[in-house]
Amino acid sequence: MSDTPDPVVERNSSETVASFQHNDRGLLHKVQHFLHRYPTMVPVIVLVLSLIAFGLIAPNFFSAFNLSLIMQQVAVVGTLAAAQSLVVLTAGIDLSVGAVMVMISVIMGRLSIDFGVPVPIAILLGLGCGMLTGWLNGFLVTRLKLPPFITTLGTWNIFLALNYYLSGRETIRSQTLDSEAPLLKLFGERFNLGGAVLTWGVVLMLLVFGVLWYALNKTAWGRRVYAVGDDPEAAALAGIQTNRVLMSVYMVAGFICALAAWSSIGRVGSVSPTSFFESNLESITAVVIGGISLFGGRGSIMGPLIGALIVGVFNSGLRLAGVDVLWQLFATGWLIIVAVAVDQWIRKISS
Amino acid sequence: MKMTSVLRLSLAASALAMSAGLAQAQEPVKACLITKTDINPFFVKMKEGATAKAEELGVELMTFAGKIDGDHETQQQAMESCIAAGVKGILITASDTKAIVESVKQAQDAGVLVIALDTPLDPIDAADATFATDNFEAGRLIGAWAAGKLGDAAADARIAFLDLSQSAPSVDVLRDQGFMEGFGIDVKDRARIGDEDDARIVGHEVTSGNEEGGRQAMEALMQIDPNINVVYTINEPAAAGAYEALRSFGKEEDVMIVSIDGGCPGVQNVSEGVIGATSQQYPLKMASMGIEAIAAYAADGTKPEASEGLDFTDTGVNLVTDDAVDGVPSISVADGTDQCWG
Repeated sequence: MSDTPDPVVERNSSETVASFQHNDRGLLHKVQHFLHRYPTMVPVIVLVLSLIAFGLIAPNFFSAFNLSLIMQQVAVVGTLAAAQSLVVLTAGIDLSVGAVMVMISVIMGRLSIDFGVPVPIAILLGLGCGMLTGWLNGFLVTRLKLPPFITTLGTWNIFLALNYYLSGRETIRSQTLDSEAPLLKLFGERFNLGGAVLTWGVVLMLLVFGVLWYALNKTAWGRRVYAVGDDPEAAALAGIQTNRVLMSVYMVAGFICALAAWSSIGRVGSVSPTSFFESNLESITAVVIGGISLFGGRGSIMGPLIGALIVGVFNSGLRLAGVDVLWQLFATGWLIIVAVAVDQWIRKISS
Repeated sequence: MKMTSVLRLSLAASALAMSAGLAQAQEPVKACLITKTDINPFFVKMKEGATAKAEELGVELMTFAGKIDGDHETQQQAMESCIAAGVKGILITASDTKAIVESVKQAQDAGVLVIALDTPLDPIDAADATFATDNFEAGRLIGAWAAGKLGDAAADARIAFLDLSQSAPSVDVLRDQGFMEGFGIDVKDRARIGDEDDARIVGHEVTSGNEEGGRQAMEALMQIDPNINVVYTINEPAAAGAYEALRSFGKEEDVMIVSIDGGCPGVQNVSEGVIGATSQQYPLKMASMGIEAIAAYAADGTKPEASEGLDFTDTGVNLVTDDAVDGVPSISVADGTDQCWG
């Protein structure tokens, strides 16, 4: 925009009508265009390639048993990544997801074991508390207009402290849960599917992603979420109640964190206030590698599911190949960098 | 200046005399306890032990803790605050055993007695004294017990090692290598994990010392060799996680888990057969001995002595199991329960 509004059209201004440029029609451009249309393709391609690579170099990697074990191992962080994705789609970031999850698992465990609350009620209360944490995050972001990063950095510390307080820094033992509240370990229960062994936690993760995919792609709410993430001002002008949308996003994310909490009890076996310390960063890693743009409004919800699986495949494959654990960190780091670089390159087409 | 230090000493002496029922003078001896975290029951117990003993001796105790294990920054700030507060002695379980040495030196220059609890500093003589579990011995006991239980089958054992972390702090190395020595594995370099070539070792994984990490690590090693039948674990939460993984493979009956700590949930796991045997350590004792040493130092300047043949003061370790093995001294689960912490 020029700062001197001039009603008279310039004499020597261009006479051609605005048009898209269609030079650079090379293969690379076609690829770029294809990936822009199907954003989930990047992580899918990476996943397939890494499966093939590790299948070739790591012994026992390509068995139904091992592949299903990877699913079990990523179930909890994958479910968290679903919650994280929602917030990231609105151009936010939620650093508190892991602390919320661990805190809710402690709430469910303590209510059931130490306060004699019937287990289904304890679980419902836990799910309610999860939504409450989302409400707090949402309130701070929408009413006090704090940046999500800062808000959730704060609530991360708060929920972590509450987690230690509520747990009395004690672990509730696996055996106690088995005898008094087996329902809490529901998502750790296994069933066989051919040669694969899956847990209900894996089913929960897939279910959460399935429901979110439907909600984001087939409902008005989903379209609002994308609109608010893409351009909140434009969304507001279009009559969308952006605050209400953001609020719903944080509350749904909190609810999913509580589901992840229930799932985590089955996975770990006990209620342990010190477990999953870095799960918030792991969930962000899955989202980024899954190709959801941190600038909001772009990316498919299925991406983070693939992203979580990629990290799981790398960790399992490198382990089975006998590689030192530090190279798992190294590989994850490069995956993040490459994923974001590819995302930026694809975005060029829309700029 | 001289006058005040004389005064201080006499006050310290009178503080000591309090335990003999005498009236106390105005300014008590000050001491600090700095732990790795406030989260781990081990340190919570340590704080209890120090607080109780400080009350008994009339020592004014300040406590600090890092946010998480490995949080060096908070510990350094705590050291500085303690020096500024004019304490007589500092008890510390260091998160970063090398980095803290600088702050320790500052404290000593200010005339403060610094005692390392549980975790030796690097070098160990950077502290005036170290009150700790003999971690090598703790590992050796469970290694010897496991080999004794297996008998002739020990020659073909398949052993998994669930260690603490990538950085392999001293406690990690000592326990791991101690287990090997007890089991009869050539440890090569005693300061290094992973340089052994014994065919019975399936592998080492790290657990962060919690249940989740224990489960992940056990799953990874079972993938490498499903016939694992002995599992060494760095601590009892990691052991609990390993057991969950074994249960999911339907292998919990065929595998022997040994551990170290002696926390109450761990000892209960021994009684229920989840863990075969565990080496119990005594955090409460470390802390109360530490406060006593500071009070003595304040009274007449004496510094604590190291145990015979060791470069630290051994606060004791006992193997807890109801399934004793000849030649490996142990205490019963009932006794272990009486002395457990957390």
